[in-house]
Amino acid sequence: MKYIWLIPLLPGIGAAINGLVGIRSFSRRLAGLVACAMMTAALVLSAVAFYQLLQLAPESRAFDAVVGTWIPRIPLETRGGVGLLQVDWGFRLDPLSGMMILVVTGIGTLIHVYSTAYMADEPRGGVARFFCYLNLFCFFMLMLVLGNNFLVMFVGWEGVGLCSYLLIGYWYEKQSASDAGKKAFITNRVGDWGFVLGVFLIYYTFGTLNFRDVQNAASAMPIETAHFGVLSFICLFLFVGATGKSAQIPLYVWLPDAMEGPTPVSALIHAATMVTAGVYMLGRNAVLFTHAPQVMTIVAIVGVLTALMAASIGLVQYDIKRVLAYSTVSQLGYMFTAMGVGAFSAGAFHLMTHAFFKALLFLGSGSVIHAMAGEQDMRRMGNLRKYMPVTYATMFIGTLAIAGIPPLSGFFSKDEILAKAFEHNRAIWVIAAITALMTAFYMFRLISMTFFGAYRGPAWDTGHGAHGAASHPKDVKLAAVHGAPHPADAHAHGQARKADHEVAHGPAEPHGGPGAAHDAHAGHGHGPWHGPHESPTAMTFPLMALAIGAIVAGFIGIPAALFGNGSTIEKFLEPSFTATHASIAESGLPNADSRTPDNPQTEIHNPESGESHLSRGAELGLMAFSVALAAIGIFAALKFYVWSPEISEELAQRWSGAHRVLSNKYYVDELYQATVINGTFGGGRSLWTFDRRVVDGVVNGSGWVTIVTSWFSGVTDRAVVDGLVNTVGRSVRESSFVFRRLQTGLVQNYAVLMLLGIFVFVSVYLFVR
Amino acid sequence: MITPTHYMLLSAALFMIGVIGVVVRRNIIIIFMSIELILNAVNINLIAFSNQLHNATGQVFAVFVIAVAAAEAAVGLGIILAFYRNKETINIDEMNLMRS
Repeated sequence: MKYIWLIPLLPGIGAAINGLVGIRSFSRRLAGLVACAMMTAALVLSAVAFYQLLQLAPESRAFDAVVGTWIPRIPLETRGGVGLLQVDWGFRLDPLSGMMILVVTGIGTLIHVYSTAYMADEPRGGVARFFCYLNLFCFFMLMLVLGNNFLVMFVGWEGVGLCSYLLIGYWYEKQSASDAGKKAFITNRVGDWGFVLGVFLIYYTFGTLNFRDVQNAASAMPIETAHFGVLSFICLFLFVGATGKSAQIPLYVWLPDAMEGPTPVSALIHAATMVTAGVYMLGRNAVLFTHAPQVMTIVAIVGVLTALMAASIGLVQYDIKRVLAYSTVSQLGYMFTAMGVGAFSAGAFHLMTHAFFKALLFLGSGSVIHAMAGEQDMRRMGNLRKYMPVTYATMFIGTLAIAGIPPLSGFFSKDEILAKAFEHNRAIWVIAAITALMTAFYMFRLISMTFFGAYRGPAWDTGHGAHGAASHPKDVKLAAVHGAPHPADAHAHGQARKADHEVAHGPAEPHGGPGAAHDAHAGHGHGPWHGPHESPTAMTFPLMALAIGAIVAGFIGIPAALFGNGSTIEKFLEPSFTATHASIAESGLPNADSRTPDNPQTEIHNPESGESHLSRGAELGLMAFSVALAAIGIFAALKFYVWSPEISEELAQRWSGAHRVLSNKYYVDELYQATVINGTFGGGRSLWTFDRRVVDGVVNGSGWVTIVTSWFSGVTDRAVVDGLVNTVGRSVRESSFVFRRLQTGLVQNYAVLMLLGIFVFVSVYLFVR
Repeated sequence: MITPTHYMLLSAALFMIGVIGVVVRRNIIIIFMSIELILNAVNINLIAFSNQLHNATGQVFAVFVIAVAAAEAAVGLGIILAFYRNKETINIDEMNLMRS
């Protein structure tokens, strides 16, 4: 399969077409068609490539394609002398990237289809712009997962960050959206700084940036258990990059705000693909990380803490997308936990299953928001299963999957992680299990508040007014408290308050005008609202497809303890997490230095080399335990939010302190505001003061000194120099009055004078001597 | 017996006559002639010493002086003519164009 480079290129072409031509002249339908066609082509190509990959022997499953040279050989210093840096546009398809391209193109295609309906109310050029960005995102994401060296990966890495920024700020007229885009981009830059440092250090250490060569070189190095060596630093820097892209502590704050973007964007970028790039990158460098066990521990701790923290915040949020956003952060934390405990394939497996069910949940929430005409507050929903059965059914499947109910996909992947964590470290396992409980709870809370209970939303004009817009003053107050730092939450006041909202966000945007359609207004394009309704087929079809995916995706990872012969995906992915085999290493690129000896695999510490340390009974017990936890969470959520809703109010009253902390997301945004942002501002201001006082002072002082000295110099010039010259001139003029009398012009006078002179001289000569 | 002393006395007398003529006369022709007297006084001196010292150099030099005097007379008379044509006078007191 030489044409794997076409896979990223196809969406790139789609983006170019829509961006160059489409924004000006394509209809909404054509723009969507172009984008979907390109994605479908990429999906087909990916499927073919993946099929061909499967035909190969397991240990040699890889395709390489080098399109051209990017950076020609330049000499550059490395640790072992001067090396030659050469970077190719090289692509590599191996099991891990094969899985990723299927996820990206598969879910990407579905979301493109979904977007054609979801964005139908946007202005014409806006739709083309949206699809241009979306295709561009897929281009960069595929480049990220297919690149065979760190720099090509970095191109994709930065590109997806850019597209994320563009798409979060898609409704750029809205202050909160453009702020969220900037927040996401800047936070990502902090992580990218770490990633770049890691890449520098990798080149300095290994003299190459090719993944395979780096892995082979690294596998020859000793495992840094006792000290914190160069590999540990590389891994730490790479992990900093991963925390930025994958929203881990301390850089997770951008992801909840990123919900300002259109919902398909949240589903594709901020749930299924881009945020998993960090997980992918860790898996891609699994060999490095296994050589730095201390960093692995850091990864696991950060991951599990992120999972717990985000899940706990998710317990009390009311914005439907925000709950899902925190859920995403939490699930990403799970993946990092898996990576940290050395369960690379479990992490990658969870990445894939999560991509299915979280994309499904986001698209479902988009469908709900669409049906509710932009309403995002779950307190204004309820009983929607009556109105939108397909969305309800599919979202219910997604919720069961994320809660970990067998035999849905989330169960297998999450259970795998929990089992590996149990083996590795009991404390991490305990936190992860608590998180699993919370996950089940907040997801069923979401389902309960949205689809069960009584309808609490605004009335519509077909006689259903009986339900009414019961506007509890307390609710409004709460929403205002929650919404203060994030104006998006202010949308949660329903139809009646739309006018206020528009006032709050600056000039009113005329409906139908270019600014009319933003998320809060989606579905408003055509006249009065007729109540919640099922979404069009273009939206429900991706939901159904993803629901099927969320059900069956787990079957490739059924653990050995349940049936048969062990986890398929683990065996499939394993070659990607170990140093390469010599047979494949031959087809490599011309590299800086060919010190890539085919290392015997014996010394590689491979924590998941097949045999499980747990007995079958223990594993089954763990499974039963996690299912029980999920069941408890579900039961509690149903109890609190369906059967007796007043309990949740009482709990919130009794634990009001904890509730306030969680509602305000542990005040992390405020903390960052107080420390990092104000620190930056303060630093900038003090630098400005320094600039004004010292730098400007020096400049002004030197100017002043120049003025004074030049004044003295002027005085001296006038008095001394000019005076001297004038004195000479004046004396010459005065004396000339005397001497010009001699110049009579009469020759005889001159002759007499000459004679007298001669006479005097001769007299002196003769007599004085 | 005529000794060099006599020649030198004659020469000095001629020289003084010439000098006084140059200084006191107003007619430029006369002044011109007085200059000739000065030159010839010098010539007498040269020839006298040439004869005394038995050296021909002095006489050769006198011939050169006569030649130069002739050339000088030609140029000088030319100037005087040009001046006369312009001013219609040969009074040297009028020849003060250099002044102011």
